[in-house]
Amino acid sequence: MTMTLLRHLAVAIVAGALVWAASVQLNAFRDYQIAEIAVYVVAIAGLSVLIGLSGQISLGNGAFMAIGAYATALLVIHLNWPVWAVFPASAAITAVAGGVVGIAAARLSGPYLAGATLLLAVALPSLALQWPGVFGGDQGLSIVVTAPARLGATFPLTRWQAWVCSLAALITLVLLANLVRSRVGRNWRAIRDDPVAAALTGLNVGRLRVLAFVVSATCAGLAGAMLTFTTTLVSPGSFTLSLSIALLTGAVLGGLGTLAGAIWGALVIVLVPTYVTDVATSHGLSSGVAANIPIAAYGVVLIVVMLLFPNGIQGGVRRLAGPLLPANLTRLASPDRQQPASEQAEGLASPDRRRPVSEHQEEGTK
Amino acid sequence: MNEFLQFTLGGVSFGMVYAAIGLSLVLIWRGTRILNYSQGAMAMLTTYIALTVITRTGSYWVGFGVALASGLVLGAVIERVVIRPVENKPPLNPVVVTIGLLVLIEGIAGIIYGGQYRSFPTAFSVTGLHAGSVPLGISRNDLFVAAAVLTAALALAALFRYTSAGLRLRAAAFNAYAARLLGVRVGRVLTLGWALAGLIGALAGLLVSPDTFLYPSSMDSIFVLGFTAAVIGGLDSPVGAIVGGLILGVTLNYAGGYLGSNLVPLFGLAALIAVLMIRPSGLFSASHSRQV
Repeated sequence: MTMTLLRHLAVAIVAGALVWAASVQLNAFRDYQIAEIAVYVVAIAGLSVLIGLSGQISLGNGAFMAIGAYATALLVIHLNWPVWAVFPASAAITAVAGGVVGIAAARLSGPYLAGATLLLAVALPSLALQWPGVFGGDQGLSIVVTAPARLGATFPLTRWQAWVCSLAALITLVLLANLVRSRVGRNWRAIRDDPVAAALTGLNVGRLRVLAFVVSATCAGLAGAMLTFTTTLVSPGSFTLSLSIALLTGAVLGGLGTLAGAIWGALVIVLVPTYVTDVATSHGLSSGVAANIPIAAYGVVLIVVMLLFPNGIQGGVRRLAGPLLPANLTRLASPDRQQPASEQAEGLASPDRRRPVSEHQEEGTK
Repeated sequence: MNEFLQFTLGGVSFGMVYAAIGLSLVLIWRGTRILNYSQGAMAMLTTYIALTVITRTGSYWVGFGVALASGLVLGAVIERVVIRPVENKPPLNPVVVTIGLLVLIEGIAGIIYGGQYRSFPTAFSVTGLHAGSVPLGISRNDLFVAAAVLTAALALAALFRYTSAGLRLRAAAFNAYAARLLGVRVGRVLTLGWALAGLIGALAGLLVSPDTFLYPSSMDSIFVLGFTAAVIGGLDSPVGAIVGGLILGVTLNYAGGYLGSNLVPLFGLAALIAVLMIRPSGLFSASHSRQV
């Protein structure tokens, strides 16, 4: 246990040093992108754990991001809290919301759960319009973020934002990595693979499902807080359905249930649209067309990845690099490496369930 | 009291559109156990096609017919090309594929038609009807909307009950394995189901677009509410989808009318949660809920 923790910490420190080195070299816009990637890493990791490990789906994590983002703005504006206090507080507030939704969600499965969370993503931002006095309506709320004075007057703000967000993302990843390797993570995989068998062995399926939702929502809330800290603005327009879909795209693309996959997913989500738009504009396409090409590309990517590489980028990386790496290093990169044995066993027990063995996780339903 | 009557009748008209989307989702769900998240986007695309045809020919009904036909074709093509490979995969794979389709179709529509809002013509006059001197809050066009959806639903019911294609559709939905043993070409039947769903979805797009305007994501909220209608009804039951659509349409129209339109999506969520808390598989679902 302690070995696992130490190993995760060591990787995180190396990653942190690399990010630090990159942030010092790069210009302000790239620093902003680092912060943005960190935001998406946290949000996607939370969603990936929920879908990949506990087998529940959420199309509403964008709504949880909105809760965290508004909590941050309100805490900063009204109470003037510093950033190190605001992030955990916003995450905690979102955790409570996640618990409430999770209790409702634990009874639902498959399309019902997807639909309820989808509606949550659509409905929640409308609260901001209903009470413009508190939430600023369409305009939203803006906060002031400054780099600490001791870094010097000329220190670029975006670099400070990149540092804070990367640190928050690394801490989250270490905590999540330990969680998925712990008993809780194993129990999640058990209820995902076969809820009935898991319940028979004494696991409280309902409670584990709610816990997964709480963890996922906490990550989303923290990501929302980081987003507010990075953009210094929070408005209902930032939390559309497309945000929730982008998170899902990132999680699927990177590889569900793997934390390294969340990093791949975040890189693609942040960098590819900017790149594609740049290329399209430089080839003389109108801005309307250029703006829509990344959207269409998202769609193609989602479909192609699902049809051809259902385990995502991380699945491909693992297949290529797996034999080259020491076994424990591979496990670190992907806590979910082994095919759960119960999957094959279940296939034997119920041949009428048409399920290919090689596929990744099934939602814990039926 | 007048107000109440207006909200109710207006809600019925909206509810019929949600019911149509719900119906198309139920058609696909019964056959393939896949929820088609791209249903709204498909309807948006066929409505754009209708708008192009209407502008070219000047006839609403030609555009109407072309849109329905293209819905039919689009549904069949999508099933054959991208859905067939994930049909027997874990439930998450088709979810992601259909969400990918949603994003792809909206992106394509944005590239071809641009993002601006376009108005879409109605079939009939939108002047409010009166019973004596009492305004009813609905127009001839609202009556057409309700009649069109009801006609489509009855035609579907007749198709399912009285034709051999309908019998095959029911058999494949009931037990694909047994149906295949008895000589039903299940693959074709599933394609037919998707094609019919595409047609009903196209109808919903045509009927609702005068109210929502037409733009690449114009059907998103309609889809979400149509999906809610189908879930309230139980996803398995065509009658349930229509009843769910009516319940939702009327509830949301009361909420919007009495409390302000900002809260409408929130009340949709509340209605969905309330129904699912009481019956986790919807009101009309025949299948039993899980025991875990």
